[in-house]
Amino acid sequence: MGVFVIFIQKAIGQGIGMLYGALGEIVTEKSGNLNLGVPGIMYMGGIAGLMGAFLYEKSVAQPNGTVGLLISFACAFLCAMLGGLIYSVLTITLRANQNVTGLALTTFGVGFGNFFGGSLSQLAGGVGQISVAATGAAYKKTIPGLSNLGVIGDIFFSYGFLTYLCIVIALVLAFFLAKTRKGLNLRAVGENPGTADAAGINVTRYKYLATCIGSGISGLGGLYFVMEYAGGTWTNNGFGDRGWLAIALVIFALWKPLNAIWGSILFGGLYILYLYIPGLNRSTQEIFKMLPYVVTIVVLVVTSFRKSRENQPPDSLGLPYFREDR
Amino acid sequence: MNKDAMKGREPLAHISKRDEITIWKAWGIRLAAILLSLVVCAGVIFALTRLNPIEVYKAIFGGAVGTSRRAWVTIRDALTLLCIAIGLAPAFRMRFWNTGAEGQVLVGGVVTAAVMIYFGDALPTPVLLLIMLVVSILAGMIWGLIPAVFKAYWNTNETLFTLMLNYVAMQIVTFCIVFWENPAGSNTVGVINSATKGGWMPALGGLTYGWNLLIVLALAYGVYVYLRLSKQGYEVAVVGESESTAKYVGINVKKVIMRTMAISGGICGLAGFLIVSACSHTISTSTAGGRGFTAIIVAWLAKFNTFAMILVSFFLVFMQKGAMQIASQFNLNENASDVITGIILFFILGSEFFIRYKVELRGRRKEA
Repeated sequence: MGVFVIFIQKAIGQGIGMLYGALGEIVTEKSGNLNLGVPGIMYMGGIAGLMGAFLYEKSVAQPNGTVGLLISFACAFLCAMLGGLIYSVLTITLRANQNVTGLALTTFGVGFGNFFGGSLSQLAGGVGQISVAATGAAYKKTIPGLSNLGVIGDIFFSYGFLTYLCIVIALVLAFFLAKTRKGLNLRAVGENPGTADAAGINVTRYKYLATCIGSGISGLGGLYFVMEYAGGTWTNNGFGDRGWLAIALVIFALWKPLNAIWGSILFGGLYILYLYIPGLNRSTQEIFKMLPYVVTIVVLVVTSFRKSRENQPPDSLGLPYFREDR
Repeated sequence: MNKDAMKGREPLAHISKRDEITIWKAWGIRLAAILLSLVVCAGVIFALTRLNPIEVYKAIFGGAVGTSRRAWVTIRDALTLLCIAIGLAPAFRMRFWNTGAEGQVLVGGVVTAAVMIYFGDALPTPVLLLIMLVVSILAGMIWGLIPAVFKAYWNTNETLFTLMLNYVAMQIVTFCIVFWENPAGSNTVGVINSATKGGWMPALGGLTYGWNLLIVLALAYGVYVYLRLSKQGYEVAVVGESESTAKYVGINVKKVIMRTMAISGGICGLAGFLIVSACSHTISTSTAGGRGFTAIIVAWLAKFNTFAMILVSFFLVFMQKGAMQIASQFNLNENASDVITGIILFFILGSEFFIRYKVELRGRRKEA
């Protein structure tokens, strides 16, 4: 039982970062933009949050965790939005190819994260190991009282606020997309921008906003990883390939935020399953690490077999929209 | 008054599609974008290192081609990038988004390494190299064919399928490293056959990377001819433009998709062979090192023209090497090269817009 509880905890810990990425990407894809830059954007969010907190903690004698938290949160969100803005300008205004732009953004973003992560101490005047203890602790703070409820407390209440924020964002997003006028408009833009345009919806504005806000949400995934998972430290490429898994999760969840919640926990579980299967040696562990990707491929193949109308990607996903092309 | 109201509503710029553009003007726009990106890069490097911009370019130049050894490393890496981009060209010509070059390179590299490790000292070098070449191409082909079959028969999304296969390939590599690690416990393969040089690509005419040069340039020419002049290349282009048209004129679309992806994956597998046998003599998860993704952009920017790819890949690798040199000089992280690559790519991607569309500002339009 104890091992199982820890497994669930760790699975959620792995999953939340991907869930942020996936939720941001769902918003983006609902507007018809396939942003393959999400892995880079998550790196950008992570490093910007860390830098914000680091510069703050370095500049005051007694750093206050809450202030550091707010600063790093804002830095992460804004920097990730900046990544989304680059993508938007190139694909929406300048109509560059979405796949290529996304991949360029990933190259840029991952390099950006690793460059500043690896050079931050040098740029700040050789301070050695970067650590933002006060801010990291603030992110890890659990809800007082509730986390002592035994197994229930361990499974549901042993996380920092970013975990709960993520679930809240997923719920709000599900409501927004399904029940509000603006959500309907957004989906219309993604399905058929020509029709949406004819109905008087400002396609460009929806695409810009959805991509930038979506990127901001994705960037929080990087922040989550740096602050809550790694406790306020940076390791180069430490975030690994979770960004691509976030994109995989979007497909796995069939573009539905609520599916993404349990999907992320499943992905997180698959990601670390090899640690909990007894009797694996090093080589078979590596085989188990393939699981999240293989599962995604299976989901891709199965959805393409079934071709049910509800479970398809937005119709204009990946296509640029130019009014005069119609 | 009415006229004034109209004037207020007219947008700042008017965008219209260009009918055609002279090749010189198109390359002029690209050149302007590249120059602009270089200015921005210099600005970024200046902001980080306080190095005077002229010095920045001196340092980039020195880092990329300063010594003959550096120049050859730059040429070698550019050739590798070029090889992958050439492999991607047929797939993109068909509008098949092969984002799996990274994985195709890795499986090509891993089987090459396997042959080197298990047969490296048992077979004569020419036979060994030939076997390595063939198995690497076959491995890449298989890796490219898997998503192609699903795309052809069930229209499974190839962008994400190939992307996921990259990571499956990466796990295969780490799986193999467990058995091949040298020295034990290091979790790396180390230089394979460092004493006997079994399976190492020999020098050609005194040039260490002569074979790379020969093979990749031959491929560039071959794929150019294949896409431009052969019947199969024409079929690829038709399928890319419109599958319905292709079906209507009697092209077997499924066959074309699978054949093209086999070629695409095969060339990427060959790139894996070149990396392992002729460059690094080892295998790791970073053997492809993101070049599979950069090559996608190279292939796209060059508009599937394999000769334009030569220019683009040399330029990118040149800048990367230069940026890495500056970074190490200032004790900064070598990922600076990715940041520089990203900035340049953003500018070139953006410049394509001005080649395809004409932008007329409000004021100027009045006069016309």
